[in-house]
Amino acid sequence: MSRQLQDTGPAIPIGMGRSYGDACLNPGGTLLDTRRLDRFHSFDPEMGRLVCEAGVQLREIQRAMIPRGWSLPVIPGTQIVSVGGAIANDVHGKNHHRVGSFGHHVRNLRLLRTDGQIVECSPGVRPDLFAATVGGIGLTGLIAVAELQLQPVTGPWLDTEILPYRTLDEFLTLADDSEPLWEHTVSWLDCTSGRRTRGIFLRANPAVEQSGKPPVPRRRAVPFTPPLSLFNQLSLPVFNTLYYHLNSYRGGTRRRPFETFLFPLDDVQDWNRLYGPRGFYQYQLVVPRDAGPAALREILDIIAKSGQGSFLAVIKTFGERASPGLLSFPMPGITLSLDFPNRGARTERLFVELDAVVRAAGGRLYLAKDARMPRDLFEASYPKASELERFRDPGMSSGMSRRLMGR
Amino acid sequence: MDKKKRIVVIGATSAIAEHCCRLWVRQGPVELILVARNVALAERIAADLQARGGDVGVSVETMDFLSTKAIADAVARWTAQAPVDVALIAHGVLSQQQPCQDNISRARESLEVNGVSPVLFAEAFAGAMERAGKGTLALIGSVAGDRGRRANYVYGASKALMDRYAQGMQHRFAGTGVKIVLIKPGPTDTPMTAPYKAQGRKLASVESVAEGTVNAIERGTPVAYLPRKWQLIMFVVRNLPNFIFNRLNI
Repeated sequence: MSRQLQDTGPAIPIGMGRSYGDACLNPGGTLLDTRRLDRFHSFDPEMGRLVCEAGVQLREIQRAMIPRGWSLPVIPGTQIVSVGGAIANDVHGKNHHRVGSFGHHVRNLRLLRTDGQIVECSPGVRPDLFAATVGGIGLTGLIAVAELQLQPVTGPWLDTEILPYRTLDEFLTLADDSEPLWEHTVSWLDCTSGRRTRGIFLRANPAVEQSGKPPVPRRRAVPFTPPLSLFNQLSLPVFNTLYYHLNSYRGGTRRRPFETFLFPLDDVQDWNRLYGPRGFYQYQLVVPRDAGPAALREILDIIAKSGQGSFLAVIKTFGERASPGLLSFPMPGITLSLDFPNRGARTERLFVELDAVVRAAGGRLYLAKDARMPRDLFEASYPKASELERFRDPGMSSGMSRRLMGR
Repeated sequence: MDKKKRIVVIGATSAIAEHCCRLWVRQGPVELILVARNVALAERIAADLQARGGDVGVSVETMDFLSTKAIADAVARWTAQAPVDVALIAHGVLSQQQPCQDNISRARESLEVNGVSPVLFAEAFAGAMERAGKGTLALIGSVAGDRGRRANYVYGASKALMDRYAQGMQHRFAGTGVKIVLIKPGPTDTPMTAPYKAQGRKLASVESVAEGTVNAIERGTPVAYLPRKWQLIMFVVRNLPNFIFNRLNI
């Protein structure tokens, strides 16, 4: 395989293609499809250590390992991503405050470089190359095999609680109070309501009572792309209001299977089609805790004034644990993830305004979601990016790397 | 639970067979005997299945797939150890039509590997299952066997042999505990069909075809088109009058 890599020219690995931007795109170049690298190599049931190929989907690991009492410690908002992608984007989950990001649980990596070399690295062996590869969006070589540390679980059920809130301060208090006691915390926010912030806080712990098999989720699909985005200025306030009241009404505690709690969108195939043929942008930012609340208020103001709302606005506090990768996204603070129907120049103008707030607050944007951040913002907000240069595989290049790093 | 399910897979490196095995491993305790020509690849598949499953036994064997003696001996040995619950016969090569026309020894190869060898395995298993009074014998055929087409009638004819053979066995075992299942996948996204994918053809996912295969084996469905739309498509293709069919470039 390493020989094949040598003849490809500027290439970038792709897994399930779930990045929202151009991290795994390579206009004019080659994509290295890793989906057939989908085999497990070995599992140590005593220590919970799994060695598998990079194209294995996280959902495959969960389905095989949860019945055996083990789980991936970190899963992002979808399970339909590959191990290689999860490492290369150093993804985080709703339990970041407890366990950090995906890269914290990688014990070893095997990299294929386009010069034919096969290199192993880990937190102990060639730690600098390891730090460049975790979160390195594929630029240090193709991740072929990884050893992952799993964590013990008792079963697939979670005890969940839903709490409505009416101000940003209320959210922050809920987050601070929940973190020591709850494994998963996340919150949905109505960003069409402007100053009168409101939202739904969700928290969950593994259920003590684990009896009963979880129901097989009903899979739905969006059958076609509507000619216009279903999320627009008229529908968004309605959707948001409905969502808020429905969940406030349903509030309280419930036992739910982890899949429906953690990955609500995984059962709606091709949900992105709802945004119509022009699609949408994701915008996920993190701001440090001190400057955070003020910056977030400003951001919500700007969005409300722009009239370009977001339906899937998700807000979460990150924990203190330092991220493992040079380009890792998480930092101690508050992260807000938004999606906006693509309305061309108007949407870009909104982003420029939001960028300014993020930059002033000392925050950054998530590479896995980004398709348009200007290079100077990247350089200012990812100060370790220059250290990545000497670990780059000269044969690897993506749309994103050319946009943000010049090559 | 009772004892482990015992499953023999002939052509275990077939992508559809491999994904069937992954589903069986997920379902519970199982003993898998993987039979393959490419042993190195089969060993990697065995390691994968072993790592996925808890109570899973996997062994790998290789043999001459065209030797009647090797087939008879191997099947006798597997079935003598304990009754085989499921035999999945999945091996094959997607032979190109033109080389088979240019060189009849290539045509012979294709007919033997895709047609003769699978039905000989099936016949050998059928005897043992008949004596045991139970067992499910599944063959992976193809929609290509439903009507000869200029694009691939050598491959199609070998699959048609399998089709008629399975039909006869279904007649033979009607009303008994032995089930004969013929799977007819449409074009599926596997390494075998990579050239078609490169042409931009839309292919069914191997996961969905494997899921349908495992379900058909579980239920003893006599003929399963996967994905199901191919049942309708092939009904039309089979019944097109020649004056239309002959003008189609399919």
